[in-house]
Amino acid sequence: MDPRLTVGARIPIKWVTLFVVIGVILPFFMDGYTTFQATLVMIYAIAILGLNLLTGFNGQFSLGHSAFYAIGAYTAAILYFHYGWPVYATIPVGGIVCFVAGFLFGLPALRLEGLYLALATFALGIAIPQILKSSHLEELTGGVQGLDVFRPAVPEMLPLTMDQWWYLIVFVIMLFMFWVAWNLINSRTGRAMMAIRDNSIAAKSMGVSTSLYKSLTFGVSAFYTGVAGSLSAIIIEFVAPDSFTFQLSILLFIGMVVGGTGSIWGALFGGLFILIIPNFAEEISTGLSYAIFGIILILIIYVMPSGFTGLVNLIRTKIRGRIGTTG
Amino acid sequence: MDLFLQQILTGIANGAIYACLALAVVMIYQAIDHFNFAQGEMAMFSTYICWSLIAAGVPYWAAFFITIIVSFLGGLAIERIIIKPLHHAPVLSHIVVFIGLIAIFNSTAGAIWDHTIKTFPSPFPSGSFGGLIGLHEVGMFFVTLILLLAIFSFFKFTRVGMAMQAAAANPVSAELVGIRVAWMLALGWGLAAAIGAVAGMMIAPIVFLDPNMMLGILLYGFAAAIVGGISSPGGAVAGGFLVGIIENLAGTYIPAIGSELKLTVALVLIVTVLLFKPNGLFGKTIVTRV
Repeated sequence: MDPRLTVGARIPIKWVTLFVVIGVILPFFMDGYTTFQATLVMIYAIAILGLNLLTGFNGQFSLGHSAFYAIGAYTAAILYFHYGWPVYATIPVGGIVCFVAGFLFGLPALRLEGLYLALATFALGIAIPQILKSSHLEELTGGVQGLDVFRPAVPEMLPLTMDQWWYLIVFVIMLFMFWVAWNLINSRTGRAMMAIRDNSIAAKSMGVSTSLYKSLTFGVSAFYTGVAGSLSAIIIEFVAPDSFTFQLSILLFIGMVVGGTGSIWGALFGGLFILIIPNFAEEISTGLSYAIFGIILILIIYVMPSGFTGLVNLIRTKIRGRIGTTG
Repeated sequence: MDLFLQQILTGIANGAIYACLALAVVMIYQAIDHFNFAQGEMAMFSTYICWSLIAAGVPYWAAFFITIIVSFLGGLAIERIIIKPLHHAPVLSHIVVFIGLIAIFNSTAGAIWDHTIKTFPSPFPSGSFGGLIGLHEVGMFFVTLILLLAIFSFFKFTRVGMAMQAAAANPVSAELVGIRVAWMLALGWGLAAAIGAVAGMMIAPIVFLDPNMMLGILLYGFAAAIVGGISSPGGAVAGGFLVGIIENLAGTYIPAIGSELKLTVALVLIVTVLLFKPNGLFGKTIVTRV
């Protein structure tokens, strides 16, 4: 049984403080490009956390989260480009649009058991670039050309570069999203989500409305991914259909598995992993990064199914055990 | 009228390919209760093997059959090495492994044969049949038809074929009457890989060869399997032809779809069928016990 169900959970204040301090100081010691990359890592982490809420905590599968990432990104870009919204305001809207889209797509999830949902989302993930390129939407989406997004200047009183400024914004948003996810998981709702994951028939007979919770979880998951998508559109200052191919879905999925399914902070490691490995793999051989991902994925399933988080927990238990026996 | 007939014929020809992939998906589904999301990438990889053989000077049909054998062995090996240890693992593990396989095949193909689009030779003469349909499409239809007939007679009339059906339908009883269930599953993977290879080699002259060529086609294969009913191999084949025809007619006669939203047709088909008739047109209702 999941220990969180009996013991309850508290935020480890000590570690979180350390993390926040390091996180805030970091951009002042990195060059612009590295700061930009670190920002991307956090954006991926938000998206992966969204996917993880769905898969790790609710037991539903999505191979089409690139679609929600795309919807978030395009919402931000369209609001900015066609309607002149300030970019800051587009971020929550991107999330909300995705929540609605996810909830509506999740409604069929009442009827689609795990595998079928994976299949339906697989189809969504493959179809989305074509939909974005479609000539019917071209006026809105810019078709193959995509849309440009320009970030406003950093507020004058702050001695920050553009990269540092957006790093800090994304950092704050990420902390907030992680905090919300933490509270969600450790609430009545979170327990219902996990009960559905562990045994949906039992959960149903205990009075959990499985259909409502499943659709809601899908919506929340899409919300997270949508916020990440909007942020990415702003950070990269550009959206185009080919940034949101099925490979992005695979990438997010890999990040989730590597970070640890059913772990909140593992998402951050997952984000780091999917950004670093391709850079590293390109040095060995161009185009092989996904092969390395694939091999690592399969190895993880055999060797450490709980991902990086599981590994850390294992080490921690080992150390504690040793201290316990000697002391 | 000519246009209509032409679209129906093209639909049937493409449908033959979808039928093959649907059949491969259904075979693996029956064996392990999972959709093989990597089916398309496996077929793509097989097609590249065939391309390399032809480029090395092997005659087309020899390359064709060598590829089928290699794919069969490859499928067998994947089951024995990667899938078998996961026999009792949760759904997530299977999906992770399929995603892993997609990534490995796609990336390796890109690394070995690079990402430029290649032409793939057709064994059939160019030209067309009465101006309605290309001779390659006609040949493709007959090749897949022969393949499907061979597969069905294999299941109906050979001991191994029947043993495979028994192993899929009731593994415990099959084991008790002396069928080596584990090997039957591996055999199923091998056959599915071989069928996929044929589909890949037949469609490649039309869609051209590149590492992402099978993604969309696999989607149609899935749509076919879902429309026909995932528990029914015959239904999957019928679903393949149906989906092929629907795809072409929708692309021609519904102006909003045209050629640019064809993948969305597959998405809509899959979701609609799952919503309103989850067992497909020919499938059996599956009841889960508590």
